[in-house]
Amino acid sequence: MTDQTAPDALTQKLLQRAAPGRAEFEDLVIVPIFAVIAALILGALVMLATAVDLPTIGQSYVALIRGSVGSLNAVSETLTAAAPLVLAGLGLALGFRAGLFNIGAEGQIVIGGLVAVIVGFSVTGLPFALHLPLALLAGAAAGAFYASIAGWLRATTGAHEVITTIMLNLISYRILDYVLRQPFIQREGRADPISQSVLETAQLPQLLTWIDPNLRVHAGVFLVLGAVALAHWLLFRSKIGFEFRASGKNPDAARYAGIRASLIIIAAMASAGAMAGLAGANQVLGVLDRATPGFSAGIGFDAISVALLGRSHPVGVLFAGLLFGALEAGGRQMQVDAGVSIDLIGIIQALIIVFIAAPLLVRAIFPWGFRKSRQERGA
Amino acid sequence: MDVVLRGITKRFGPVIANAGIDLDIRAGEVLGLLGENGAGKSTLMNVLCGLYQPDEGEIVIDGNPVTFSGPGEAIEAGIGMVHQHFMLVPVFTVAENVILGIEPTKRIDYLDLATARRQVREIGVQYGLDVDPDALIETLPVGVQQRVEIIKVLFRSADVLILDEPTAVLTPQEVEEFFGIVRSLRDAGKAIVFITHKLDEILEISDRISVLRGGRIAGHGDPKNLTEEQLAEMMVGRPVSFEVQKAPYKPGAVLLEVQNLTVLRHSGEVAVDDVSLTVRSGEIVGIAGVQGNGQSALIEAIVGLRRPAAGAILYDGGDITRASVRARHAMGIAHIPEDRQRSGIIGDFTIGENMALNCYYEARYASGPAINWPDVMAGAARYVADFDVRTPSVYAKAYQLSGGNQQKLVVARELTRDTKLLIAAQPTRGLDVGSVEYIHNRIIDARDEGDGVLFMSSELDEILALSDRILVMFKGRIIAEFDAFKGPVDRNAVGLAMAGSAPRAAA
Ligand SMILES: Nc1ncnc2c1ncn2[C@@H]1O[C@H](COP(=O)(O)OP(=O)(O)OP(=O)(O)O)[C@@H](O)[C@H]1O
Ligand SMILES: [Mg+2]
Repeated sequence: MTDQTAPDALTQKLLQRAAPGRAEFEDLVIVPIFAVIAALILGALVMLATAVDLPTIGQSYVALIRGSVGSLNAVSETLTAAAPLVLAGLGLALGFRAGLFNIGAEGQIVIGGLVAVIVGFSVTGLPFALHLPLALLAGAAAGAFYASIAGWLRATTGAHEVITTIMLNLISYRILDYVLRQPFIQREGRADPISQSVLETAQLPQLLTWIDPNLRVHAGVFLVLGAVALAHWLLFRSKIGFEFRASGKNPDAARYAGIRASLIIIAAMASAGAMAGLAGANQVLGVLDRATPGFSAGIGFDAISVALLGRSHPVGVLFAGLLFGALEAGGRQMQVDAGVSIDLIGIIQALIIVFIAAPLLVRAIFPWGFRKSRQERGA
Repeated sequence: MDVVLRGITKRFGPVIANAGIDLDIRAGEVLGLLGENGAGKSTLMNVLCGLYQPDEGEIVIDGNPVTFSGPGEAIEAGIGMVHQHFMLVPVFTVAENVILGIEPTKRIDYLDLATARRQVREIGVQYGLDVDPDALIETLPVGVQQRVEIIKVLFRSADVLILDEPTAVLTPQEVEEFFGIVRSLRDAGKAIVFITHKLDEILEISDRISVLRGGRIAGHGDPKNLTEEQLAEMMVGRPVSFEVQKAPYKPGAVLLEVQNLTVLRHSGEVAVDDVSLTVRSGEIVGIAGVQGNGQSALIEAIVGLRRPAAGAILYDGGDITRASVRARHAMGIAHIPEDRQRSGIIGDFTIGENMALNCYYEARYASGPAINWPDVMAGAARYVADFDVRTPSVYAKAYQLSGGNQQKLVVARELTRDTKLLIAAQPTRGLDVGSVEYIHNRIIDARDEGDGVLFMSSELDEILALSDRILVMFKGRIIAEFDAFKGPVDRNAVGLAMAGSAPRAAA
């Protein structure tokens, strides 16, 4: 059935894309921007309510900007904080697209990071060009394995992934505690749980130490860009990504199309875990050089916000991760300059998510930013 | 209550769904609204019932212009719509569904179900809408569910009732009863708008007819002095042939053989009871039967979506009883599913993606792990043009298509795959006469090229027009078989068998 007749005028016309509609633009650009603005305003109100005076509030928002983009060091900090958020957020986005609500990035980061550290200090005699990729891959594979436990449980027993991934998070903390105390792992001469340091050959090199040795930004940013491109290709160009998206949007249609739901669940969880494991590896190989209890620092939970804010689109996740990275870096500056608690940043991040999740609220607050017509969807 | 639509225009981006439409809806009359797929009927009615806001034009009720900012306001003004896809809660009773959203309450939010039940009964008696208020929706046949939808609208004291393709899911008997209800509503002074693609129905039931084409009024007519042919020409803009031309019956080898198949429902009841049938290449086998007699389960078992409890399915010399859906696709079985919205398309995907929904992995579209989207889109554009799917672009989302065009999309995808056996459930549901003609011809072309076709339809005319052999299913069994290739089959005999009252006959 593949007749190669010259495409006529009609088919040519059908192949043209319509310019992206106003509604799409509003949804993807205007709503997030206003959500951030609304969250910052509400954050100021919270500060007012906790008896912070107006000049201090002004000072703290100036510090927020200075600390996130105000200097080379600030940008370096923003990128450093954003990298693991983007990586783990990409993983979650893949799962969301397949209709899986994976809460387990935290645990996958822990396991991925732990295995990357072990490979990073225990494998000796390899050159940098082999050792670093090996450690990264080991982290990704460990994260993938850990996440696919939840996928496998879902596919075979129907146990919901929200529950199982939360459980796996808790288990991962205990695994970490236990492993860090093993003689083979624990740093010599230490009684507290802390791992040996990653060898030079497995470290993600810092990029800007030739300008200033304090600049922490490291080669993980390239990892991030590669991962964004990979996730984009996977979702929108590959067969398996098509299967992910079909299963997520309409499981009945996916079944009709001969897509095996159980395989897709496991594959989607595994790819999500690989990305989160990479985020863990990125932390231990690029920033921390070793693993300690709590090294995951809640990144896996912030990444949920990042994935949601980025609308589960790889490019959106990149921007959302940069925003959250900036808030984190700026928040530290805020604390230093204005003495405002860093918890405020947590509040602002939470508010952004609330507003993103409720676009109608944003539309109601900023009516002038939107065209009047509602979303209309007939059948 | 009289309603006048004046100059209604509704655009969706570049698509003009309604272009300056004037329409008169009068109390005590049935207005038949006719038009090709994508002509703008549903859009116009969605404007009238407050779901869409028109870009231009106004709605005038009894001389007063009104604007609705939502369906709630339209209902308050007395305009109610029964949508093509029912909106009932399956686990609620009839009365609970009827009052949903406007629950009558007594003191301290006490739900007054007793009054609701009584009112449902009263409405039933008044218009001949006989329904048990305490029955659970999921236990009711479609025809009765539809009555519930109508009661819902009447309960909100609507004076204007819009019925969007209400008969598409009804059996011939149910249609007769349904017309009785429509007449009693009309005689009670209600204004009724009736949308359908079935020309005989529209001639039978309407007092006036308006025809839409390309978003404009193409003409009005009086059903008393119009014929189906004239209506069809008004609608499509060219004469439509109602006869199908088939090459002589030359069946080949047996392609599909179903042996003593038993399929269970989820509840454990028997849906298909020890059914055996064969389909040869080069023949069309039609399964007739009132909906709910196991046809859907039989088809789902044949395509691999349901595990049979007993029996075997042989295809092309091999046993496929345990083969996966994908394996059956790959062996050349095409499947037009019964419910396009549930499983045939993904609304949020583009038309191109939907065209590749079950063939994205084939060599023509994929290389290695990647899909060649330019190839997919080019193929989609060709098929969209061939099957006259009305859309500005293959990058449009499937939910933006009109109901009939969604159906054409599914049919186009399945008929353009390189297959040997076509399994089709209600292949022309919701299509206009011109598209039905085209699809019928494509199905016959497939048969003439040597494909086997097994299809089911609740439309007896379609069964009679297409089939070489007719099987009638009743209560999960095949109770009659007619050899249509030998000569015209007695319509009444098939109808009787569908009602279960025929002995096993070979006409
Ligand atoms: N939500 C939407 N977004 C974009 N275009 C739409 C939307 N709804 C309808 N359209 C377009 O408007 C036109 C009219 O559609 P409509 O659903 O009114 O047709 P219809 O007459 O009801 O057809 P059918 O008989 O197939 O149901 C079609 O071209 C359709 O593609
Ligand atoms: Mg319609």
